[in-house]
Amino acid sequence: MLAHSHFRQWTRNELSSRKPGLGRGLEALIPPPPGTTRAVSSSQTQPDENPSMFGLVNPDGSVRDRLPITLEDMRGLYADMVEARTYDEKSMAMQRQGRLATYAPFRGQEAAQIGAAAALQDDDWVAGTYRDAALNWRAGYPWRLLVLGRTGDERGGEVPKGVNVLPPSITVGGHMIHAVGLAWAEKLQGNSRIALTSFGDGATSEGDFHEAMNFAAVYATPTVFLCQNNGYAISYPTSEQTKSKTIAAKADGYGMPGIRVDGNDVVGVFVAVSEAVNRARKGEGPSLIEAVTYRLGPHTTADDPTRYRDEAESRDWEDRDPLLRVRRLLEKAGGWTEEWQADLETSASQVIEEAVEWAESVPEPTFEQMVDRVFAERPQSLTQQLDEGRR
Amino acid sequence: MSELNLAQALNGALDTALSSDDRVVLIGEDIGRTGGVFRITDGLRDKHGTDRVFDTPVAESGIVGAAFGMAIAGMRPVVELQFLGFSYPAYDQVINHVARIRNRSNHRFTAPLVIRIPYGGGIGAAEHHSESTEAIYAHIPGIKVVVPSTPRDARGLLLAAIEDPDPVVFLEPIRLYRAIKEDIPEIYYLVDIGPVRVERSGNDVTLFSWGAMVKETRQAASVLEEDGISVEVIDIRTLTPLDRDGIVASVKKTGRAVVVHEAPLTGGFAGEIAATIQERCLYSLRAPVQRVTGYDTVFPLKRSEGHYLPSVDQITAAARRTLEE
Repeated sequence: MLAHSHFRQWTRNELSSRKPGLGRGLEALIPPPPGTTRAVSSSQTQPDENPSMFGLVNPDGSVRDRLPITLEDMRGLYADMVEARTYDEKSMAMQRQGRLATYAPFRGQEAAQIGAAAALQDDDWVAGTYRDAALNWRAGYPWRLLVLGRTGDERGGEVPKGVNVLPPSITVGGHMIHAVGLAWAEKLQGNSRIALTSFGDGATSEGDFHEAMNFAAVYATPTVFLCQNNGYAISYPTSEQTKSKTIAAKADGYGMPGIRVDGNDVVGVFVAVSEAVNRARKGEGPSLIEAVTYRLGPHTTADDPTRYRDEAESRDWEDRDPLLRVRRLLEKAGGWTEEWQADLETSASQVIEEAVEWAESVPEPTFEQMVDRVFAERPQSLTQQLDEGRR
Repeated sequence: MSELNLAQALNGALDTALSSDDRVVLIGEDIGRTGGVFRITDGLRDKHGTDRVFDTPVAESGIVGAAFGMAIAGMRPVVELQFLGFSYPAYDQVINHVARIRNRSNHRFTAPLVIRIPYGGGIGAAEHHSESTEAIYAHIPGIKVVVPSTPRDARGLLLAAIEDPDPVVFLEPIRLYRAIKEDIPEIYYLVDIGPVRVERSGNDVTLFSWGAMVKETRQAASVLEEDGISVEVIDIRTLTPLDRDGIVASVKKTGRAVVVHEAPLTGGFAGEIAATIQERCLYSLRAPVQRVTGYDTVFPLKRSEGHYLPSVDQITAAARRTLEE
């Protein structure tokens, strides 16, 4: 059983009733015989004693069940994670060169973000955080604008029309309720769009978490709450932040389903978020997903994690790297070669380099642009300040 | 035309907005079944339905944050918070999100919502129910702060706030809700957000105020007129964006200015108006700008309200001081 979950079990029957063709190319992966548990334990510093967790792919690349996606989909998810990691590494390097403002890396959390975004439709709403560049990108936010934003330019927040991803929220927790309002409006207007909000374990301590969860449940808004529990609120371990057995368990108190999923298993996250998205789109209301993961890097470029984390713990999580496990799986399925890996890395580097070149070639913002971003029409009082500022 | 008080004018404006624009929804605590603590939304849920007028859990941050999301997704939510003193849990949403999304997204996302908040003292209410902290909202770039003082303005400004492409904090003077009646047109009309309203023209001294204090300021003007002093009364009515030209034009004419507000002196919005006057028309001034305000104290309970609130006598005395110079 999935702990504290009202989710329907991800059963073999459901898997086999999915669209024909799913699992194509992955026949070589032999799941364990029926009846064995799919739940695995986590050794992460968690507030509980290893509660069970939903997942489909083990850290060694073996599978716990037939996978509901094709080999090509799997390779696509892997390619996305490689591209995201390339952006993350490039951003860290650029920040050290003084080309970016403070950067919050997501290394280690690619599966949680890419898996979740893959479950969304193109025009669904996303309200995430400063650590969600991979999620935002996979939901439509172009790399070039993500880079532009991090160079310290508000124009990086101007996502293309049709992309419904809000620019990242920097304060912790205030944005979760926005996904409730967005989803509520879509429901009232009779649209099928849903809203996903992503946040960390730290944000669940904010009062705003309570208000957002409660409003979503009360008005049955089509909202998906995705908590990336990476073990720490900067330096403060999850086990000290809450006495709740898991973060997913908190969903019970609001009358919505909650599920705990292996956040480093991109397929597991995809399946769990897809379930929640489907529920939302069918009018069945909100869900909470706790994706258990780990931030392999620092909180931000201004942080030193060795002050609060055991190096052995970090090394252990390096072996659970979400990219590594998909690579191991693909190797077993005959879907990975060194040449392909090299191609992926070259192509990802090119894409990110192009985004960086574009962002760095954007002309400096003008004084007028700063003044004219405040209101739809510049009021007389700001025109006077503009004139005085020019003197 | 019908003769309405300010509360009725607001109710009528909300009714008109709900009827004329499908995107408008009302959300707030107790606004559906009971019509809100001041009955401003009385009857609107029955008339427009439970999918237009929403009672909410007691959670100001949640209400404003949800309305913000709704506004981004194309609706025109009108929030009611019960009292200004209860608005602070939502202040984070206002200052960090509502006021900034246009800037943060370079105009891609906008939050055209209205946050209605009853405010001000003089009704002997419990603690937190009488505050005039408009200055802490006026200090936030990216929102407009509007304060009607007449039924006619209340209807026109509220409809303008709902139409406005940017977020508006709409402060309603509790003391005036049922204090004055005025003939107002039933048609859909707007009062522009921005320009001050010249309530009475005069040549010797200008009295500036907004919200409930317009009443005492008006009375003070009548007293002064009896003594042959020609008084101009200006209702600021939009704190931000501030109509500095309107303020300066009046002081250039009269050469004397008194600013009246209920809020505490220090950091009060009178300071902004006085600073504008000395920057832009110092050489027209014939006397120092006077401020008549509340004190730098906690807003008192019923038995001390008389000590706190600016009186007609204080306003006339301040005006006379400017004339003695």
